[in-house]
This record gives sequence, C-alpha cells and structure tokens, in this order.
Amino acid sequence: MRRVVSIALHTFKESVRERVLYNLIVFALLLMGAAILFGSISVGIEQIILVNLGLSSISVFGLLMAIFIGIGLVWKEIERRSIYSILSKPVRRAEFVVGKYCGLLLTLLVNTAIMTAGFYAALFYQKRSLSVADLAVLEAVYFILLQLALVVGLALFFSCISTPILSAVFTLCLYIIGNLSADIRWFGQETGSAVVEKATAVLYYLLPNFGDFNVIAQVAHGEKIPAYLLYSNSLYALLYGTILVSAAILVLEEREFR
Amino acid sequence: MLAVETSDLTKDYYVGFFRKRPRRALDGLNLRVERGEVFGLLGPNGAGKTTTLKILLRLVFPTSGTARILGRELDDVAMHARVGYLPENPYFYDHLTAQEFMNYAGELFGLRSAERQRRINRLLERLGLGASRDLPLRKFSKGMVQRVGIAQALINDPELVFLDEPMSGLDPLGRREVRDLILELKEEGKTIFFSTHILSDAEVLCDRVAILNRGRLQGCGELGEILSLGVAVTEVVLENPGEELLKELRLYTRSVVQTGERVRLEVPAESDVARVLALVVRHTAKIVSVNPVKMSLEDYFMAQMGATPEAPPSREAVNAPDPERRGK
Amino acid sequence: MMAGGIPVLREPGTRPICWVLLGASFLALVPLQRGIDRELAVQGKLAEVLYVPSGRILQRLSLGHEGLLADIYWTRVVQYFGRQRLSHATRFELLGPLLRITTDLDPQLVIAYRFGAVFLAEKPPGGAGQPKEALHLLRRGIVANPHYWRLWQDLGFIYYWDLKDYASAARAFQTGSERPGAAIWMKALAASVAAAGGQIQTSRLLWSEIYRQAENESIRRSAQEHLLALQAQEEMEHLNRLLGQYRAREGRQAQRFAELVAAGSLPALPRDPSGVPYRVGPEGRAALGPESKVDLRLLQ
Repeated sequence: MRRVVSIALHTFKESVRERVLYNLIVFALLLMGAAILFGSISVGIEQIILVNLGLSSISVFGLLMAIFIGIGLVWKEIERRSIYSILSKPVRRAEFVVGKYCGLLLTLLVNTAIMTAGFYAALFYQKRSLSVADLAVLEAVYFILLQLALVVGLALFFSCISTPILSAVFTLCLYIIGNLSADIRWFGQETGSAVVEKATAVLYYLLPNFGDFNVIAQVAHGEKIPAYLLYSNSLYALLYGTILVSAAILVLEEREFR
Repeated sequence: MLAVETSDLTKDYYVGFFRKRPRRALDGLNLRVERGEVFGLLGPNGAGKTTTLKILLRLVFPTSGTARILGRELDDVAMHARVGYLPENPYFYDHLTAQEFMNYAGELFGLRSAERQRRINRLLERLGLGASRDLPLRKFSKGMVQRVGIAQALINDPELVFLDEPMSGLDPLGRREVRDLILELKEEGKTIFFSTHILSDAEVLCDRVAILNRGRLQGCGELGEILSLGVAVTEVVLENPGEELLKELRLYTRSVVQTGERVRLEVPAESDVARVLALVVRHTAKIVSVNPVKMSLEDYFMAQMGATPEAPPSREAVNAPDPERRGK
Repeated sequence: MMAGGIPVLREPGTRPICWVLLGASFLALVPLQRGIDRELAVQGKLAEVLYVPSGRILQRLSLGHEGLLADIYWTRVVQYFGRQRLSHATRFELLGPLLRITTDLDPQLVIAYRFGAVFLAEKPPGGAGQPKEALHLLRRGIVANPHYWRLWQDLGFIYYWDLKDYASAARAFQTGSERPGAAIWMKALAASVAAAGGQIQTSRLLWSEIYRQAENESIRRSAQEHLLALQAQEEMEHLNRLLGQYRAREGRQAQRFAELVAAGSLPALPRDPSGVPYRVGPEGRAALGPESKVDLRLLQ
C-alpha cells in the first residue's frame, strides 16, 4: 500500500509539471471572465449564463486535461523504459497501475479545484456577494469530477495498449458515445428489429454512461439534485472505475517490455 | 543455494505483420551462478544477454524453461527486494533530481525515511555524485546517469546485483571506478551478474563467464581455467636489433613489428624461445622484455564464435612500414 | 511450473481477482443503471432543453454543425412527445420550445414544421393545444421554405380544424394551390371550404392527405385515429337518422339495434370502424360501444 501511495505521489508530481495543464487552466479562467461579459448583454440571465459557461468550461477543459495526462502516463514509462527500474523492484504491476490512477485523480482534483476557485471569483465579481445557495455549484463540479475519473480511467487503459494519439482518439470517441448511449438505445428500440434492439441494449450497459452525470443545466437553473442521484452516480463511477482499472491491470500483466 | 539458476530457458519473439514468424532470442539456456561470485555474461550485440536479464527480472516472459533467483521462482515479486538491477542505457525521470529519484527508489523498497537518507548519502558519495545531488537528471551526462543507475541498483543493499553493460558511457576513469566498485561489492559478499561485450572488463573482474551467441550458450567456465589454456605466443621486444639478427630470427618468429627503435617479435613455439634469446645475446642486442602471452579471453571468445584465434593486430602494425621490405 | 506448455510466470492471484472485479462490477452496474434511469425519467430531464433557450445562440455555438444538432434536437422532439404520451401526460410544455430550437438550427427541416402543425395545435391529451404557436411555427417554415406548398396546406388545416376559421383556411389553401407543384385538389379544397365550411368530406380529405404524406409514425397514427373518428361520426349520423325513422314508424324508441335489424332497416348489427358494435345510447341516439377504440374527442 505504501508503494501505491509512493507511485501516486510521484505521478502527481510528474503531471503537475506538465506545462500544457497550466495553459488549459488559463484558457478556462479566461472563458469564465468572458462569460461575465456575455451575461451583461442579456438582462436577467447573467447568472445562468455564467454558471452554464463556467461549469461547461470546467467540464471541457477538465476533459482535455484528463485525456492529455492520462494517455501519456503509462506509455511514456514504457517508451522511455523508466518502467524497467520500477518493475524490477518489489512492485507488483497491479500496484503500479493503481498508483498511476490515484496520482492522476489527484492531479485532476487539484486542477479542477483551481478552476472552481476561479469560477467562484468570477461569480463574486458578478454578484458582489456569495450566498450559501451558490454552494450548489459544487454538486455539479462533483459530478464533473466523477465523469473525469472515468475518462482518466479510459485514458489509462488505452495508454497501456497503444500510442498516445490512438489512446486520445479512442478515449474521446468513447466519451462522445458514452454521452449518447441513451440515444443509441432509443434508436435500437425504434428500429423494431429485435436483434438491433438487444445489441444496443447490451451496448448501453457495457459502455460508460456519461449522460447520467449531466446536471449542469439543472444547477444553472437553481434546481436541486436529488440525493438518490448523488449516491447512485457515485456508486456508478466507483464500479466503472473498478472495471477500467482492473482491465488496465490485466493488460499490463500480459505485457512484455522489449 | 545458487544465486541464479536457469533451466532450458527459451524465448521466442514473434515477428512479421501478424506476428507469425518466431525468432528465437534464447535457446535452451542453462546457467548456474554461485553465490558470492562475479559472473560475466558475454556475447556480441544481439546475442540475447539483455533478454536473459529481462526474463530474470520479469520484464519479459519466457516461452519455455524455468529459472530461479536466490532459490525463489521468478514470479515471486517479493524476491526483488533482495536484488538490484541496472538496465542497459538507462533512462530515469528527467524532472527529478538525483536525490528525489533515489528517494523514490528507496520508497519503493519500503525503506524508512532516516535509513533511506543515510543510504542515499552514502551511495551518492561512493559514486561521486555528491555534488550533483540536487541537479535534475535532465542535466546529467551519460556517465552520470550510469552512476545514478548503479546507485539505485544498490539502495536496497541487495544480495545479488544485475548489471546490464555497466561500463557503457563511462570514461576510463569512470570505468576504473566501477571496476573497483564491483570488486568491493564482491568483498561484501554480494553476487554480481553482469553482461558486457567488452572482454577486457570481464577478464579483470569475473570469476566465471558464459558466452552467448545468437541465443545459444557457446561456452561457460571459470575464467582462470580458460586463461590458463596454454601460452599462445611469447612476445620478445628488442631495441635496435640490426638486420642480420632479424634475418636469423625469422625462422622462429611469426610476426615482426617495428616501431621506432623497438621491434616486437612473436615466437609461437615455446621451445624456440631459448634459442631466440641465445641468438639475441650473441648479437649483443638489447632485450626490452620477454612476455609469455597467455590466451586472452578474446582468443577464447573468438574460438567459441568459430573464428581462429589470432594475435591481435596492434596499433603499431597498422602504421609501420612493411618490415619485409625494409632494407631492400 | 508449466501449465499447458506455457510456463506460468505471472503473479499468482492478481489476474483472477481482476477478472472477478470486472465481472462483478459489470453485473452490479445493470441494476444500478436501471435505477438511475428510473429516477431520471421521473425528473423529466426538462432542464436539458432549457440548457440554451435560444436556438440562434445554439446555432452560433454549434460551429457549423447545426444540421447535426438540429437532428439531435429533432430526436428529442420525438422522444419527448412519445414519453409524454406514454405517461398519459396532458401537457406538452416543451414541445413548442423544442420545435422552435430545432427549426432555428435547421430551417429546412420540414418535418419539424409538419409535426408541429399536427401536435402543437391538437387539443390535449393528443397535443399541446397551442394552435397559435403552431401557426407561428408554420409561418416561419413558409418563409424559410417558400416552395414547399404543403406547409400552406398545413396552415390552412390548422385554421380549418383547430380554429374553425374557414375564411382564413380557404385563403391559405388558395395561396398554397398557386405554388408550383401543388396538388390539384388544393383549389377545389379552397372552394369547398369557403362555401361549405366544416363538412365531414372536407375533413376526411384533409386527414387522408396528412395520412398519405405522413413522414413520421406518430403523425400517421394520429391521422388514422382522426379518420376513424370521422368515419364513426358519419356512421352515427346515419344511424341516428334510421333511429328517428324507426321512432316515427313504430311510435317508440328502439332500445337495441337488433330491433332495427329485425324491422329490416339494417342488414346486420352495425359495427364502428374499430369493429366494436354500436349501441343505442341513453337519449335514444347512437353511441359507441364501451370497448371501442374510436375516440370522438378528437373531433372537438
């Protein structure tokens, strides 16, 4: 366990030094600043627009970050052969994978926290005050983090198999498909063909269902997110995260390092 | 208990677009390494030395055959705690300093903070990296990276150390230091298993060697035995011998090489040496040295490779004018 | 140690654990996902539509992919409508906004206008009961698609059926009939609407056209239901006449159609278009049987 923590912290330190992450954060913050301008154009929905745009920025840039650091992670170690000096020590491959994943999560957490802080700064600037009700935004951020945890897991898994570019493509595709998985199942039902319907239903349960986590609009309109959704989505992320990490471990167990 | 023991170790790589054709990197390797000895795995590039090491360290899985390290099976990851490994052409983490990297390595072994720091200090000093402790590895020269590699291989005070081309990237001073280090480690009772293609290093360090070629074990044995397989030639170096003497000596000598005032002769037959010396004395020429040249490891190596052992062409021969034509 | 010819040199224990975790997690996901789906259905997912309330802004944001976005929104329209119908809802608040956004994104998506013409205007529980909205939508559709004469037909249809404004309906049919490619009967329709207002034959013709042209299952079904209702109405008028004749002849009210059959007015027991027998209602007028699938409320 101590080794896992050690690897996780090392991964965190390594990815935190990636300059690209800082660029992305800066872009996100700029966008939030711009949102304040958009809001002032159209009276009455300033806050809705800020919350919408702010949360969407955190989501999109968080997604880019997750993919970017996730894909390079294991691949870099294999490509540069620094993994030799890790696996030749008493470190199980499983510990390596889990450590990498935890390090990634930590990085995402920190980056998201920075962007959220920037968001609240923008909100404060717009409203001149913050109230307890504004904490509701944190719920949406939490859901975004759950999503990102799964994206990072996907990136990690692909990083064990293929090159960064392919990993990025696969991860992005699965993210998009995962957002539309409910539609895919609905299409299957509409076609009327039993085979297609069964197939799309299987896909629906198999693929990560990112659509469940989309609560940005609700939070922007000040709606309360039911507790049941909070718990079940957390559980979903936990289960699917387990699946991804297990799969990555299985892949790495088989891999040889020429 | 043997330090390392392999039995029929075989590794096939599958090449080709659909990974169809097998290329045999290792073929039925049988090795035995005793504890406390320095063992050299020799061979040309591509012979399978690195593959062997990777299999032993579980970075690559064998196609068939078994192996044991310190009496434990290869899949016993805990056994790695007693082993150190320096990979070939190592790369570590650019963004870390030597101190941070050694710390990371130590953490992975589960060393406690104080003990860890003590060992890091000692090892960095020992390998001449004390001054570069806080420099990021990105700024290290190849030789320095090599030293860090050796340091991280020793941080857990292992019983058995695997070194893959430990001398690569080092200048002569560095090589000397590493050579001394290996001998020190041997004094401490450690077993050293290193692979190299530089025979002179092996000659100085190893108790036993194994020669690998194209995945097959070509020869294996105690270095002492190999090198005492007889005297190849006797080397006689004279100063200003004079034409006449050389003409007479030609009967007994194989190669005559002149550099400046010195002439180096090789006398193949041991029995002729006395007669040669008598001739030299009669002509009152000056003897610089008389050296029985034992079969070198290189000779042994070449023999195993299938080539005939030859006197190594020395640098002087390349530059000197043809002695046969001298004086004509 | 060998296993099947391949030396087992993997870490014992890790792989089976991973497989078990993988399998168990997937199995646990299914009921969990179902639960989430149930919860979300109750929620209505209404907020998603209001995400960006303006179609025009959405169009800007879509960076050239308006067509795709329009298609996605169109599927939302159909899903939303279907879901509301399934849950027997009586309100379709989002239908208007959804259709508006869809047509903002792709003004040439004609089916959206036609869908709106039928279901925006239709009274609940069949539709949103917003004929003015529907007119507005259709006018925008006509502006964007001036050569699509069927939109005039739809416009006229709403005036005729939902607003009972026969004069405007006739005008719409007339204008539509002048568009290139318009069907021949548009002129005749204009004339008969102007002259005779809400005749059953006219209504039948309009709904038949909608049925024939329907590009969407919901529209086709709705048209069919309307046609059945119209047919039933016509038959009931005929039966009422027969009942009146019977009363005049026999001096008393018939209780069952069997009596008319016995008296020779009807060849057999009359059935409505869904196959269920008519019955004589409380005031001595023809009425639908209790299991009838015909819905006369559609004719209001």
